[in-house]
Amino acid sequence: MNQNEGTSPGLSAPGAMTSPAIEVVHLTKLYKATRAVDDVSFRIAGGSITGLLGGNGAGKTTTIAMIMGLVLATSGQVRVLGHQMPEQAARVLGRMNFESPYVDMPMRLTVRQNLTIFGRLYAVADLRERIAELAADLDLNDFLDRASGKLSAGQKTRVALAKALINRPELLLLDEPTASLDPDTADWVRGHLDAYRKARGATILLASHNMLEVERLCDRVIIMKRGRIEDDDSPAQIMARYNRTTLEDVFLDVARGRTNALSSEAGPGSRHDNASNKSGEVAS
Amino acid sequence: MSDVAVRAGSRGIALHRIGAMILRYWYLLLSSWPRLLELVYWPTVQIITWGFLQTYIAQNAGFFARAGGTLIGAVILWDILFRGQLGFSISFLEEMWARNLGNLMMSPLKPIEFLLALMAMSLVRLAIGIIPMTGIALFLFHFNFYGIGLPLIAFFCNLIFTSWAIGIFVSGLVLRNGLGAESIVWTVMFAIMPLSCIYYPVSVLPHWLQFVAWTLPPTYVFEGMRALLVDQVFRVDLMLEAAAINVGLLIASFAAFLALLRSARRNGSLLGGGE
Repeated sequence: MNQNEGTSPGLSAPGAMTSPAIEVVHLTKLYKATRAVDDVSFRIAGGSITGLLGGNGAGKTTTIAMIMGLVLATSGQVRVLGHQMPEQAARVLGRMNFESPYVDMPMRLTVRQNLTIFGRLYAVADLRERIAELAADLDLNDFLDRASGKLSAGQKTRVALAKALINRPELLLLDEPTASLDPDTADWVRGHLDAYRKARGATILLASHNMLEVERLCDRVIIMKRGRIEDDDSPAQIMARYNRTTLEDVFLDVARGRTNALSSEAGPGSRHDNASNKSGEVAS
Repeated sequence: MSDVAVRAGSRGIALHRIGAMILRYWYLLLSSWPRLLELVYWPTVQIITWGFLQTYIAQNAGFFARAGGTLIGAVILWDILFRGQLGFSISFLEEMWARNLGNLMMSPLKPIEFLLALMAMSLVRLAIGIIPMTGIALFLFHFNFYGIGLPLIAFFCNLIFTSWAIGIFVSGLVLRNGLGAESIVWTVMFAIMPLSCIYYPVSVLPHWLQFVAWTLPPTYVFEGMRALLVDQVFRVDLMLEAAAINVGLLIASFAAFLALLRSARRNGSLLGGGE
């Protein structure tokens, strides 16, 4: 499996701070009386990997869906790659891609057929070569001509990742990218995502329950709880603030409301300076 | 900008995206012989049943002896209407069943391109079902459906436009309400069947119901077919009126689809697509 996509992620590209890949301003989503996302604001710098953490029902998937334009916000604004979503979606959808456990690839079609169709939808010019390249990178060759529905969970995840990378996206949105994978495959997927980001200077936003994954992969972590941003910083800063050595312990503190674990020099007030009450952008 | 060579800009309709979707449904048809069989099975059963009925009636009733083929012709035209809508809607349902709608809606594929691909596939599916059906009508019952000639084009276009208009609207309902609304796809056409006057003239209906019947384009087609087969007159006026109503129906159904799609985005149902 070739993870070497190249070098120089271009993280310090001029304009990265002034023109974020994603800009979310006072985003709110109401489902009848339920406030799924509650006045969330953040900016994500180009070329960074950001983790969206939170328990079930925290609002991660809804936030990502609103960024993609699959769900309309009740109020607030989303800008993706400089364009207003969903009004200007047609200008950016070809430059981004996503993977989610809430969607599948057509099961009766072979992996090659599925990649061909999505490649054509995204107008990939060198499609045959691109599929061969992805098959080599993601180790798909053994089952490239097998029906997608007959693959194992790990194989399906790799195929979904291949679909997400087919158009060499500048922005990749991932919802639980390593769910149901064995540790070896999950580690390999993380390695591939990191290599892709470095090679292409792509921006990645991922929602995950896997704390180790976020610790290893992300420059920045946004923790959500009940639709609001609970904390927003680098993994190291967050762990230091909660006096914890792992993000999993931080997650449990947040989930169980143990805010007394916060260190005295960086209390809840300072964390909110970084989070929902301010549009925080972390340089990569 | 990504280094992917983009052959079409963000504006306008892109043929390569429509082609990609047609290819997706074509792959699906080829991968599943039960799907192919289903396309041929019901039209064949229909034409054989109604063909023998027509033969029996023609031997015993003077009118049907004169108007040879009205029943068989009506069955085939009804199947164009019914299978046209099903062909459209089933291709749409395939996306719901496969939980693939999120992938499509997140891709550069536009709603109008998606609908155009579904229309093209309804023609492909229709051809697979109707061509053997017309062959059986010819060889078993000596009814040459294509002998209708040029008027057949007018009949076909009007029926297929109606089937697409209904297919678009029903697909929007499923998009908005999930697979719980799937049964509408299978039954909606039967709701307009009695008023479309497929097997009997409009004059049979009560006077007040005739006004309702004349709001449906298929009514014009079936009246036109009877005028052609019984009186040997092609009623251009009926076809033009049906076409005018169809234009209105297509515009209304597309607007309804966009409204239902927006409602589905508001409701969050594009991510799930279940019941």
